[in-house]
Amino acid sequence: MIRSRNLLLGGLLCLIVVAGALVSFLWTPYDITVLDIPNKLQTPSLQHPFGTDHFGRDILSMIMIGARTSLAVAIVAVGIGMGIGVPLGLWAASNKGGWIDEIIMRGNDLVFAFPSLVIAILITAVMGASALNAIIAIGIFNIPVFARLTRSGALSLWEREFILAARVAGKSKARISFEHILPNVGNLLIVQGTIQFSLGILAEAGLSYVGLGAQPPIPSWGRMLADAQTMVSFAPHLAMVPGLAIITAVLGLNLMGDGLRDLLDPRIRVVRQ
Amino acid sequence: MLRYSLKRLLSLIVSLAIASVVIFLVIEVAPGDPASFMLGINAQPDTVAALRAELGLDVSKTQRYLSWVGGMLQGDFGTSYTYRTPVTQMIADRVWVSLPLALYALTLSTLIAFPAGIYAASRRGKPGDITVMGATQLGIAVPNFWFAMLLVLVFAINLRWFSAGGFPGWDEGFFVALKALTLPAIALALPQSAILARVMRSSLLDILSEDFMRTARAKGLSRRQALWRHGLRNALVPVLTIMGLQFSFLLAGGIIIEQVFFLPGLGRLIFQAISARDLIVVESVVMLLVFSVILVNFLVDLAYAAVDPRLRSRT
Amino acid sequence: MTLLSIENLSLSIGEFPILKGVTFSIAPGEIVAVTGESGSGKSMTALATMQLLPDSATTSGYIMLSGQNILDLSEPELCAMRGNDVGMVFQEPMTALNPVKTIGAQVAETILVHSDTPRDQAMERAGEMLRRVGLPPERFPLSRYPHELSGGQRQRVVIAMAIAQRPRLLIADEPTTALDVTTQAQILDLLKELVDEFGMGLLMITHDLAVVSDMADRIVVMRHGEIVEQGETRQLFADMKHPYTKALFEASGHQVTLPDVPEAPEPILQVENAVREYALPRKGLFGARQFHRAVDGISFTIHHGERVGLVGESGCGKSTLTRALLGLEALQGGSITAFGKPVGPGTDPGLRAGLQVVFQDPYGSFNPRHRVDRIITEPYHLISNPPTGLERQEAISEALIAVGLKPSDADKYIHEFSGGQRQRIAIARALIIRPELIIFDEAVSALDVSIRAQILDLIADLSESHNLAYLFISHDLSVVRTVTDRVLVMKSGEIVEQGETEEVFANPQHTYTKTLIEAAPVLPDMSHLKEAANVPA
Repeated sequence: MIRSRNLLLGGLLCLIVVAGALVSFLWTPYDITVLDIPNKLQTPSLQHPFGTDHFGRDILSMIMIGARTSLAVAIVAVGIGMGIGVPLGLWAASNKGGWIDEIIMRGNDLVFAFPSLVIAILITAVMGASALNAIIAIGIFNIPVFARLTRSGALSLWEREFILAARVAGKSKARISFEHILPNVGNLLIVQGTIQFSLGILAEAGLSYVGLGAQPPIPSWGRMLADAQTMVSFAPHLAMVPGLAIITAVLGLNLMGDGLRDLLDPRIRVVRQ
Repeated sequence: MLRYSLKRLLSLIVSLAIASVVIFLVIEVAPGDPASFMLGINAQPDTVAALRAELGLDVSKTQRYLSWVGGMLQGDFGTSYTYRTPVTQMIADRVWVSLPLALYALTLSTLIAFPAGIYAASRRGKPGDITVMGATQLGIAVPNFWFAMLLVLVFAINLRWFSAGGFPGWDEGFFVALKALTLPAIALALPQSAILARVMRSSLLDILSEDFMRTARAKGLSRRQALWRHGLRNALVPVLTIMGLQFSFLLAGGIIIEQVFFLPGLGRLIFQAISARDLIVVESVVMLLVFSVILVNFLVDLAYAAVDPRLRSRT
Repeated sequence: MTLLSIENLSLSIGEFPILKGVTFSIAPGEIVAVTGESGSGKSMTALATMQLLPDSATTSGYIMLSGQNILDLSEPELCAMRGNDVGMVFQEPMTALNPVKTIGAQVAETILVHSDTPRDQAMERAGEMLRRVGLPPERFPLSRYPHELSGGQRQRVVIAMAIAQRPRLLIADEPTTALDVTTQAQILDLLKELVDEFGMGLLMITHDLAVVSDMADRIVVMRHGEIVEQGETRQLFADMKHPYTKALFEASGHQVTLPDVPEAPEPILQVENAVREYALPRKGLFGARQFHRAVDGISFTIHHGERVGLVGESGCGKSTLTRALLGLEALQGGSITAFGKPVGPGTDPGLRAGLQVVFQDPYGSFNPRHRVDRIITEPYHLISNPPTGLERQEAISEALIAVGLKPSDADKYIHEFSGGQRQRIAIARALIIRPELIIFDEAVSALDVSIRAQILDLIADLSESHNLAYLFISHDLSVVRTVTDRVLVMKSGEIVEQGETEEVFANPQHTYTKTLIEAAPVLPDMSHLKEAANVPA
């Protein structure tokens, strides 16, 4: 009962965010490139359900377009993490205890020593701030997450007798990794992927908030919060709305991850960091 | 035990060495020469050359790397390009904000998470468990800097219990300084404690299904006794891992929170340094952050061995 | 006077009935064995007596311990009973002890929970108890941790914990199933001595009928949550009433009919002086690397159509040898030759096609995401031009029929099959490329006796119809005795004795072989049952 409720609620929240982002490509309530100073800092009303910001722009419209940034950054970052991390994890597991395994795992440990914010700082120091750099920073940090997860999932599978049977059938380690191991760690990856996705949204918001992520004029939830900070005492809705948007997306993904885990395999343990 | 510690120590040193090379190389590829940046585009070439020599930029990369690392080993992080003051001094001033903040947050997070996680595990599936788990689910989803703004709005602007930001310094008295760090620490700690509580709960639930817990019950221990005497210590290993990871996140997350509360910590320093292209400062602060992460992981490894006797005798 | 009397005990977990009207009793100093196959409810009977059931369990009936109905007791009263009046020993000694507490503290805990004894006195008594179970503190200090002990030693610690308060009743749930046969014999002797010495009642749960007949004063046979038959041991053996009891005992001592050993044997597998070493972790940081010889100079030959057994206890090097024979790991010395060519990690796949394997675990042997047809055709990867299309379908059907399954089973997933059927699928996978030699690696060890008997018959039939040679690796001497012509006895990486199976079992030469055979519990002669069991019930 609780399981399906998690999935349902999570799915619903995610759907709202994704729908908002997709609709914004075709239509938004107001054009956010047009400044409307006379109507600045309006509190929520029928015309502007979430109010307007200090340039009089409609906050709902900005939230919708901001969802695009958040989702895009998080999706690509998880893609980078999976695309590189999963093969590395499979490779390491198929050479357990060998020098390749050792190098991959030590490399992972090393990347783990650089929190994504620190990577972003380094990249920004070299190349300047941009949404792309935020993606790279979060993506790099995702690599060891997926590599470790894949490796530990694969290692327990390598002990199983059906893998031994495949080896007796003369199949190569690479072939066994993709034919037998990968499909059996799939559930694990889907569940962790959802969690990393939500962490990606949080990280993007944090980076944009300190100015290391998306740059103006690209709307982003984190940047909206940064702009709101100085006005929080007289226009708290400027801070409330983007914050609630982030919570909706992250909560939705987390609930969906938990729901998926219970549905696919309750034994899966996710790592939240 | 000694062998285990030595092995961990060796791996700590190797990690630090590699991390320093990586950081140095990344900063090296940064476009633009700090000397020309500082002097502006109209500077004379010989002035630039003189500054380069003064900043120690005119020698080979290897030499520069060695002198950077060698300096750090003696506690000398070099001289800031912009402020012309020793980086060590700049860091030392700021570290006394960032480090206490991270420790304060870690303490708060542990104090909230342990009871919450143990409570939820002991009431598995009951309303108490579901409430705690629902709260943690929400806690994880809240961005800490947004939560910080909320705290400022409620406790500083409306209730006026705390000041909205700034740091008076430790000279003003321990509790005055601690008070200034309280809202930032709560903002940092709450989302982390939600994660930690979930880890504590699931780790305890794992242990509760172990054979030795049934053995303990067969001896005549009540559920509660079995949980405290046999469950907790075994459940600590995964919890320690997460706490180790969290410390580095608290330190890094502190960089963002410092922005919300205008705290003069490492975060402020690093953002100033980035905009001024004061790369030696960026390099050193990043190295310091990475060093603390690696050091904490080392300490966590040692803590494992203290908790689990199997690690003491093996490898 | 009865000590424990279970009357009309019924138990269900959620909606599922687990026990139905179970009734039996135990007197002080008596050993009662509850036996049956998996799903019979024998372990649940033990857990019900301890009241250590899952939360969703509901019980009815009576469990009277010295006149007191356990089902009426409150949780605090139960806690006072557990460990004090009733002690329990579990199946898995490797996981039954808390890894982060010393053995002394864990034994002393039983005493501390139930009395106001000061800690140092409790530790002293824990030492006495450990001495009583064969772990004298001089050699096994109380400060040892579980991981520093072997499986048998850990089981002794669990027993010490269970008897520390001299309970009136001891419950042992499969206490020796996870142990080697020589260790098993020692633990069983210890339990018998303790029952005599303390005058305890012993409720023993075991699937092993040979152990039952060795130990028990009375036997309770269960099936599907019900007692089918119970009685005094000797009497029950002499006169079994229920057909299931007869079938169970017949299957336990099942004898297969092997075809004659083929004439003019040509060797198909030759192992000469094989050595396989593993590097151990370095002792000091700069110490020299130590090696463990898992396989230490082994030589033997398997001829065409010959059935060879390999017996040995855990850690003797059986598994390492198997991996080397399959060409999965390289040898450090000596050679393995199959069909005249050397075997090793680089071996040509075509050569491996002649040699297949069946593993122990009917649940872990298959990729859960593949259908049966894909699973059993995996060995086709070894041959350069595997059959396709219709020919492939026919080969699949043929292999499935050969192992007693239906061709239509090819489209099913593995979770749709029972343990015994899965083992048949594993054999079909080994058979499909028509190998000359199959390695059965503990292939029947995880099966219930009745299923085991069927699989053994199947193996014997296939050896005739497919002209198969096989190497049958097992820790179970009685099984090896019936399915092999020749036997190798392995200990610490070496083969200490080999010869004709009957000859070795009847007249063992090496002291280790003698120890093994003496330690193995034996069923009483069951020949009178054979005809009886065949009569339809």
